[in-house]
Amino acid sequence: MNKTLKNAIWILIAIIGASSIGGIAITRGENINALWFIAAALCVYAIAYRFYASWIATTVLMIDDTRSTPAERLDNGHDFVPTHKWIVFGHHFAAIAGPGPLVGPTLAAQFGYLPGTLWILFGAVLGGCVQDMVTLFLSTRRDAKSLGQIAREELGPLGGTAALIGTFAIMIILIAVLGLVVVNAMKHSPWATFTVSATIPIAMIVGVYMRFIRPGQVLEASALGVILLLLSVVGGRFIDQHETLRLLFNHEGLTLAWWVMGYGFAAAILPVWLLLAPRDYLSTYMKLGTISLLAVAIIMLQPNIKMPAITQFVDGTGPIFGGKLFPFVFITIACGAISGFHALIASGTTPKLLSNERDIRMIGYGGMLLESFVAMMAMIAATVLDPGVFFAINSSAGVVGSDAINAVAKISSWGYPVTVEQMQNLAHQMGEATLFARTGGAPSLAVGMASIFGSAFGESLLALWYHFAIMFEAIFILTTLDAGTRVGRFMLQDMLGNIWPKMGETSWRPSVIFTSAIVVSGWGYFLYIGVIDPNGGVNILWPLFGIANQMLAAIALSVATGILVKSGKLKYAWVTGLPLIWLITITSSAAWQKITSDDIRIGFFSAANDLTHKLASGLLPPEKASIAPQLIFNLHLDAWLTLFFVSLLWLIIFDMLRVCSRHLSGKPVLPLTESAHIPSPSVEDWVRD
Amino acid sequence: MSTKLKAFWRFIRCLSGDDAYERYLKNHARYHKTNTDHNCHGPLSKADFFKQWQDEKWNGIKRCC
Repeated sequence: MNKTLKNAIWILIAIIGASSIGGIAITRGENINALWFIAAALCVYAIAYRFYASWIATTVLMIDDTRSTPAERLDNGHDFVPTHKWIVFGHHFAAIAGPGPLVGPTLAAQFGYLPGTLWILFGAVLGGCVQDMVTLFLSTRRDAKSLGQIAREELGPLGGTAALIGTFAIMIILIAVLGLVVVNAMKHSPWATFTVSATIPIAMIVGVYMRFIRPGQVLEASALGVILLLLSVVGGRFIDQHETLRLLFNHEGLTLAWWVMGYGFAAAILPVWLLLAPRDYLSTYMKLGTISLLAVAIIMLQPNIKMPAITQFVDGTGPIFGGKLFPFVFITIACGAISGFHALIASGTTPKLLSNERDIRMIGYGGMLLESFVAMMAMIAATVLDPGVFFAINSSAGVVGSDAINAVAKISSWGYPVTVEQMQNLAHQMGEATLFARTGGAPSLAVGMASIFGSAFGESLLALWYHFAIMFEAIFILTTLDAGTRVGRFMLQDMLGNIWPKMGETSWRPSVIFTSAIVVSGWGYFLYIGVIDPNGGVNILWPLFGIANQMLAAIALSVATGILVKSGKLKYAWVTGLPLIWLITITSSAAWQKITSDDIRIGFFSAANDLTHKLASGLLPPEKASIAPQLIFNLHLDAWLTLFFVSLLWLIIFDMLRVCSRHLSGKPVLPLTESAHIPSPSVEDWVRD
Repeated sequence: MSTKLKAFWRFIRCLSGDDAYERYLKNHARYHKTNTDHNCHGPLSKADFFKQWQDEKWNGIKRCC
């Protein structure tokens, strides 16, 4: 009876899931409710978790809950500590979920809600979750080693080096694009600029409180910080309405970009306790709190989706970024579906806390499911906006023109009616001077969130909700920015340490300053170019980031596939092999198009040639002519960088295939480095914390 | 209800690291009970422990996209 009931429930979930997806996919020309998206997501996740993840855990990975984990064997009370699974889940999720799943779906909504939604759902359950879970498993069986170390020891030095270079490159591009998102959100917005800058002294106050005033009182200090953050949102309105004070915070994008670079440099060399650690606490609370609030608001409000299922921009003419649906939707939505970056957290960091192998499914697979759900909510927040408004906010001046009347005429001509008054009213409601051409995804997400929150919890507070949403996005973008700069600095110090050991000392001041400056100039360069680019910069940087991130995912999946084959599990190698083939297909074809396309909105070289030609024949207005040489240089650089990423990817693929074919034909390969089976000391009483 | 609330509060404290020092003291006591021949100093003060804990926590890749 019990079993029949269980089966009946699972069949019911399958039916609800299938009809929700069917509803989302088939509905045309009439509004569809956001609840269908939530229902579809929850059912797909439940079925995938219950059946696919469980099958991978028992049959493919053969998870053994009697085997001791690195946290148990190497327990030192510091970094290796067996921890309760929900705590590990919390840490893991807080570490993997950044701004990526919020920005990607917002940009990809230009294709309509359907392509992005399907990719977020199926990319996650078949690709992203599998990658995170398998990587977590492999690292747990290898004393919590990092992806780079595992690649080196299992495939060879090539894989290890590629993983290291890939990580460094992705970090630089990621920070640049996130910096650009923040700069675009603050540009000529005294309110947003004040609120975002206020997060820095607030973090420092919290840091000093936790370190000196009441040492170790983490929650107390965080509560203080959260209150101050909310006050800074309200304070921003005062600044905005004050005639002289608002000038202090009203800046051009370029000025703000220099400030962001200065901040990044300071954050990388200041002690962690002063800025990085407290800011991370605040951003984690804000992130978890706001995401849950958004889920509650969507369920309460049940908004209708206004974006069509599919727009005409699947043909590659999209205003937010150029390129056809295939492959660019899969590149644009990286983090909510599959993100290589997660493999760095799932190896090295999380396994040091894992108290039993049986938690791998919940933490690795389940953590990524939750991240996919965040992406789904971002997709909802983007598509509940009127499509005309959505495109007016997200289309750069380079595409629709800097004049409001021309811009609305152009956007309306696409079939998405919008008026200047509508945009002015909206900007006024949100407490902003204008919402035209606020590219980068953050402002449109904030408008979407503000309208959802406003309708659910009080319409009169729209401007506060908008700036709350901007602050929420900015605070963890800046956390990724300074944490990333610091990690980049450590990696660079490590690499340089091989040449000159003194440089490898992470506390030697000259080395700290030198390497931090190099890392900041690395991403600062791309940020600078992004800011001066009349097309908004995000259209170039985000695909580059997507390609780099998917490349890292392909590296992780190559390592996993190679190890599965070496472990004699060839018949299950498709579990990681199929997502890998898909990633190779999308990254290679996206890279191919970015390099060779004749369309100047897609191909880097053709855009560079076009600009060179225009510059030579004097067709450019003087202000564009003055920056053209820099843009041309940058387009060439981006093209070579893309080529470099994709070559690196293919090198790893061939290296993995070489190892597999040697193993299958009985030739010697590097041995498996799985640590020996030691029975878990406390199979019964394993929860210590 | 109150036991559930208490459990939730314990969870929040553990997740945020608010109870890190208490856990450290417990671990320290346990470690010293099992390793009696081990001669090292007594447990760190709360402020010292927290300094060490915070610095260690921030070594490596902790955040991603």
